[in-house]
Amino acid sequence: MKVTVHVTRRSDIADPQGGAVAAALRDLGFAEVAAVRVNRRIDLEVHGTDPEVLEQRVTEMCERLLANPVMEDYQVVVTG
Amino acid sequence: MTDEEYGSVCTILGREPRPPELAMYSVMWSEHCSYKSSRHHLRRLPTEAPWVVVGPGENAGVVDLGDGWLAALRIESHNHPSFVEPYQGAATGVGGIIRDVFTMGARPVALWDQIRFGSLDDPLARYLFAGVVGGIGGYGNAVGVPTVGGEVDFDATYAGNPLVNVMCLGLLRRDQLLLGTAGEPGSVAVLLGNATGRDGIGGASVLASASFAETSGSKRPAVQVGDPFEEKKLIEACLELFSRGWVTGVQDLGAAGLSCATAEPAGRAGTGIDVDLDRVHVREPGLTAPELLMSESQERMMAFVPPGRVEEVLAAAARWEIEASVVGTVTAGETLRVFHQGELVAEVPAASLTEDAPVYQRPLGEPWWLEDLWSNTISFVQPPEMGSVLLGMLDDPSLADPSWVYRQYDHMLFLNTVVGPGGDASLIRIRGTEKGLAVSTDGNGRICHLDPRRGAARLVYEAALNVALSGATPLAVVDNLNFGNPEKSEIMWQFSETIDGIAEACLGLEIPVVGGNVSFYNETDGRDIYPTPVIGLLGLVEPVPPTVPRLHRGRAGMELWLLGEPRAINLAGSAFEKITFGHVGGRPSAPDAAAGRAAVALAADLARSQLVPVLHDVSEGGLAVAIAEICIASGVGATVDYADWRHLFSEDPHRFVAVVAPADGDRLQAAAARHEVVATRLGVLEADRLHFRGPTTTASVALASAARAWRGALPSRMGERVP
Amino acid sequence: MRVAVPVFPGTNCEHDTVHALRGVGAEAELVWHRETDLSGCEGVVLPGGFAHGDYLRPGAIARFSPVMAEVKRLAAEGKPVLGICNGFQILCEAGLLPGVLLQNRDLRFICRPVRLVVVSTSSMITRALQPGTVLTLPLNSYEGNYTAEVEEFARMEAAGQVVLRYCDERGRPTRASNPNGSQGNAAAVANSSGNVAGVMPHPERASERVLGSADGRRLLESFVASRARV
Repeated sequence: MKVTVHVTRRSDIADPQGGAVAAALRDLGFAEVAAVRVNRRIDLEVHGTDPEVLEQRVTEMCERLLANPVMEDYQVVVTG
Repeated sequence: MTDEEYGSVCTILGREPRPPELAMYSVMWSEHCSYKSSRHHLRRLPTEAPWVVVGPGENAGVVDLGDGWLAALRIESHNHPSFVEPYQGAATGVGGIIRDVFTMGARPVALWDQIRFGSLDDPLARYLFAGVVGGIGGYGNAVGVPTVGGEVDFDATYAGNPLVNVMCLGLLRRDQLLLGTAGEPGSVAVLLGNATGRDGIGGASVLASASFAETSGSKRPAVQVGDPFEEKKLIEACLELFSRGWVTGVQDLGAAGLSCATAEPAGRAGTGIDVDLDRVHVREPGLTAPELLMSESQERMMAFVPPGRVEEVLAAAARWEIEASVVGTVTAGETLRVFHQGELVAEVPAASLTEDAPVYQRPLGEPWWLEDLWSNTISFVQPPEMGSVLLGMLDDPSLADPSWVYRQYDHMLFLNTVVGPGGDASLIRIRGTEKGLAVSTDGNGRICHLDPRRGAARLVYEAALNVALSGATPLAVVDNLNFGNPEKSEIMWQFSETIDGIAEACLGLEIPVVGGNVSFYNETDGRDIYPTPVIGLLGLVEPVPPTVPRLHRGRAGMELWLLGEPRAINLAGSAFEKITFGHVGGRPSAPDAAAGRAAVALAADLARSQLVPVLHDVSEGGLAVAIAEICIASGVGATVDYADWRHLFSEDPHRFVAVVAPADGDRLQAAAARHEVVATRLGVLEADRLHFRGPTTTASVALASAARAWRGALPSRMGERVP
Repeated sequence: MRVAVPVFPGTNCEHDTVHALRGVGAEAELVWHRETDLSGCEGVVLPGGFAHGDYLRPGAIARFSPVMAEVKRLAAEGKPVLGICNGFQILCEAGLLPGVLLQNRDLRFICRPVRLVVVSTSSMITRALQPGTVLTLPLNSYEGNYTAEVEEFARMEAAGQVVLRYCDERGRPTRASNPNGSQGNAAAVANSSGNVAGVMPHPERASERVLGSADGRRLLESFVASRARV
């Protein structure tokens, strides 16, 4: 089955990269850009059939490796 | 903040503090900012010398190098933040120390890192080690300050509390020197750099001033994230503002953020200051006054500017593409007033935040286990199997080749690195002059655990000898004092002994301490780390020798000599006992001021003489490891005779190895005799084996095996294929 | 020869580059990335560092900096344009050089001296050197892994656009001597007319013997001498 994990920096944690990208976009004339945050998407293919078990296992993967809970949030989406 | 401290605040104010005021006192009076447990002891350190321009208490120490050149130096720890998030913790540590140095008007030119972790057999230690090295490199490389040396050490004592200490050196001309003062009333406070967010709120008081278990999980402040890109712009912008003379004083925003950056400069200037929090440029809306005052958002500086220069300062900031806002005005009187949303939210005597901070004379007590530790020695009925012992030591991550670490650091930027990482000291030239600056950073928790006073003093002598090995004369010391919980009497005793040890050695060498950092509460679940002072020592050499002695300059046929005591047998606290037997006990030898001075003077003479192609300090691992390192670097074996196998592993101080051509042996002896240092011929560089011959035992290890063990130790443990 | 050394926010090798260029006789000067007029300059060296923080991708934001229009103009006029390390990355992002620089094979920053062999003299940095010459230069990068499409790379090799390769002590571009996984051990490449080149190791850091090697001087001398030829 396919699972997508979105790893995002917690909103109270600075994202210097997002800030630099926002400034560059405004420089290029995209004045409407108010804020940018650069995040990470991880696609997994996982053996298994039970979406509930799957979600639990992938959540564990996030806690242990894919995300850093000290500064990142994550969202697990089972896409089928 | 304790009830008693709260009472003092009420006395100072004559009333109960408002929340923003309480926030300011709690961070400024935290252990981290106020040195309240250590200040009483730090006074015993010698801090004066004719060449000291700025001593402890400013953002960095400054010493005179002659011809109008000054060096600014500073060392600081980021231990707890690096445990929470190793990459960002180490990165923001690097950023902070760089700001401390350019705050003095100096261009930061080099960094050294002193890092300690638990055993690499532990996955957590590997994760922390990789993250910290990544963070130091990621920030230092990008901000454009080379990391030219340091030390890495692994021991179970650091498993729950890694140590990350970084030292920075800056260079400036005398007329560029700036101090952290608010200047005259009427001066304008301009906040430069990053927008303020909720980063690390209360970090100084929470993370660095309490033990770890108390601050688990949600109590921890938001991780500070470093932005080397912003810092690089900030360095260039500030150095331009300084060189144009538009700034009268400057203070970086580190621990305690805006509170510290307003209270300290005003306190130093004996002025007041009005701060308008509504003018602070922010990253997110809705920050409260206490949050704005305590935020530890990175890459921010406070410049104090004469009113007529404000427009120029703002224009220069815009040109360098950094944000700037006018946030305050220096006032006559001594009151720090803070306004938020149009209201006066704090009104306190500025100097009270620093000068009235509590000073504790915490109880001292010699540890009950010390006598047991000293009598706990190994008695050897027969010599150990020397070949496998040596290979085991070379394969130990603390003694092995550190290039896995420093290859991840830019150590060449600025074209000044004459001797980079991997030797006894680093050597930086000052371009356009004949001057060179040698720096050595040294720590050894094991010997300090066994005897903090002797251990700390030996570190100062070791660092001094290391800089002398590149020809330099010791000038000044900075110290980073990493200790456990100061509320325990035996920890305070270790601290007090350490201070005395550093003071004794500095007096012995006639050099001052120009700055330092104290990190307490390095404990987890009640277990304190070994007392781990780290010494950073700066030396000056002029002119830089045309050929600086290096480990790789040995050739077959050359002779190996030991300079210093040849019959050292004390193995207490040695790497040999720890690695081979897992033993840490006994009492390490005391340093000797006369021998220490003589070794330093001889080493500097030899390095400048061009007589010796190789000089190498005998320290961790003893003579055996020192010789093996020379042989591995030079690609040639050695045959060495010894009378007692313990001579090969003792780490007694004030000793070093020299390699000379056979024809130069007499001149080497003559030089040693002039300094009253014993010179002993150990053997010769030859063939392709490390061959140690004694009366009852011999060891013979193929150089290739030794090199493989030494080079492979770190990469193999960090999951790399080793050829 | 007047050489412009553009400085982007986050560039950090600009002073070293100017120092080394002056050492080989060029009139090198720093120009801020917002500069829109490089008339009077006879060459450009884009220095190393982390322009715009290397955020998004190295060079991705820098290529839009105002100064890059002038760099493109000078390149089109046949003037020598050299990118060192991050400057190389910027030239690739800007489309002045083919290919791209990916993260190192071992996903770690590498700072150490490497050996390079001159394989083509059709670029302005190698024109004054003999093919087969082995040089030692410091490498200092995280994204130094040169990669181009297979067909394009073959065409570049045939046209002499791969000018330096990582090699062993005997000048052989072996797998073991490839520090970062670069395609065909490519350490420096040029455009088809040879006036635009990118080099991943740092010639300016190897321009004095006291610092370990002076081999980089030879590349910079060749760069400065190239003015007469274009």
